[in-house]
Amino acid sequence: MTNALKLGLAGMLCASAAMAGEIKPKDVSFSDGAIEQSLTGAPGDPEKGAMIVGDKSMGNCVACHQVSALADVPFQGEVGPPLDGAGDRWTEAELRGLVANAKMTFEGTVMPAFYKVDGFIRPGDAYTGKAPSGPIEPILSAQDVEDVVAFLMTLKEE
Amino acid sequence: MKFKALTAAVAIVALPVTVLADPDDDKLIINGEIEMISVTKAPEHVENLDTIYSGWHFRTDETQALQIDDFDNPAMIFVDQAADIYETVDGAAGKSCASCHDAVESFAGLHAQMPKVDPETGKLVVMEDLINECRTERMEADAWKWSGADMQGMVALIGLQSRGMPMNVAIDGPAAPYWEQGKEMYYTRYGQLELSCANCHEENYGNMIRADHLSQGMINGFPTYRLKQAKLISRHNRFRGCIRDTRAETFAEGSDEFRALELYVASRGNGLSVETPAVRQ
Ligand code: HEC
Ligand code: HEC
Ligand code: HEC
Repeated sequence: MTNALKLGLAGMLCASAAMAGEIKPKDVSFSDGAIEQSLTGAPGDPEKGAMIVGDKSMGNCVACHQVSALADVPFQGEVGPPLDGAGDRWTEAELRGLVANAKMTFEGTVMPAFYKVDGFIRPGDAYTGKAPSGPIEPILSAQDVEDVVAFLMTLKEE
Repeated sequence: MKFKALTAAVAIVALPVTVLADPDDDKLIINGEIEMISVTKAPEHVENLDTIYSGWHFRTDETQALQIDDFDNPAMIFVDQAADIYETVDGAAGKSCASCHDAVESFAGLHAQMPKVDPETGKLVVMEDLINECRTERMEADAWKWSGADMQGMVALIGLQSRGMPMNVAIDGPAAPYWEQGKEMYYTRYGQLELSCANCHEENYGNMIRADHLSQGMINGFPTYRLKQAKLISRHNRFRGCIRDTRAETFAEGSDEFRALELYVASRGNGLSVETPAVRQ
């Protein structure tokens, strides 16, 4: 197992163990689609963010987006626009809002909300097809969101 | 809001992507003689599509090739098995399908009209229901499992008798309320990913989602042989998988919800040839 992956798994395990001072999904406040305040107060790690964006079991953003910076990740999708240059097009607060709940920026968008726990129709227990056995966790933890945002901020056009 | 920025971003990729994106222009002719309607004008009740395509057009050349000759089609083993079962006595009544029915060719045309409403009960029935009714009530045999090899082999054998005929399911009269229910489901954004059938198969057909080339999600090829699973896949099994993949609590195979969805999805393909047993990746 690579180090990056180990870190990623560790991150996943933390997803439910909410850190003190973290903004919970239900307490997030959007202004014009953006979230001004960091969800954790801790800076995001762009390397971890890159892993989350490419990993099938985490963000899986590449299922829908092409990201040239992650050229080694195979099978990049085209449902959404390429994320190259996202760091130029959007501010950090806007990107945080997009990752947490893109529907606050693009009404009705196909892009899933990654930091949201309610308002779903027949939500399941992850990918089992079964009803959830406990409260629904967001797809990404607060720190995952911050890491992804930190990575997106590095995507600048040369 | 940044709609402008987004359009610009889309424009940049438009060029390299279109080559891959569209359904291909190949013609589907089976055994060198059966000309299939695999592309046609969308029926009027499909509001957001102009043209409908068989899922065959979105597959690789290698996968496509397996479907154009019955000798190469791996599903035919299961269809042949079903032809044997058709003649085999089973159940307490001591009968086979052939005891009561003419040769299986007599079912030509049936598949193209399925699902349909049973005039006696007013209930929507799919092919699996018709077959299991004969097994349990007329043969006094056990019902077959919905997605089991016996059942899907028989569904494919009966469907094969209509191969090449255009799908033509009724959506009006007694079918109307079921069709409405199915339509409602088609546009419902299920699960934690909040994705409807339409999000993927209507708004994004032709696009890659991870390693998959999205089709219009048509069922004229079902039961289809999936290379990945090396067996015939039922319509309801495919629906279940697609809903599960939205991180949703899915519906059961053989549920009334899936019967209604099957009617609606079948009706979106009205005009496409019955293709079963199609081959998919
Ligand atoms: C199911 C497909 C899908 C997935 C998965 C997805 N997105 Fe998106 N995303 C879209 C679509 C479609 C848009 C375009 C917005 C619109 O008009 O609906 C978009 C837009 C965006 C944008 C703004 C576009 C720009 O200018 O760059 C960003 C940033 C973005 N997504 C990031 C992400 C990240 C990060 C992830 C993973 C955590 C992700 N997306 C996962 C479909 C998806
Ligand atoms: C004991 C006699 C009997 C046996 C055995 C039998 N069926 Fe039937 N089947 C019928 C009758 C009677 C009907 C209803 C007549 C009708 O609607 O055409 C019917 C209807 C059907 C239909 C629906 C036809 C339609 O047009 O709606 C299908 C399909 C069918 N049977 C398949 C089978 C299969 C497959 C088997 C073997 C697994 C089988 N049947 C065994 C008597 C039988
Ligand atoms: C997240 C995207 C997504 C959603 C949502 C989705 N599907 Fe699919 N579906 C796929 C993919 C990927 C495939 C395999 C490639 C293809 O044929 O499109 C597929 C395949 C299919 C097929 C097989 C088509 C063929 O020709 O073999 C059918 C039928 C289908 N889907 C129906 C549905 C229905 C009905 C729904 C809604 C309940 C649905 N799908 C929701 C992604 C999706």
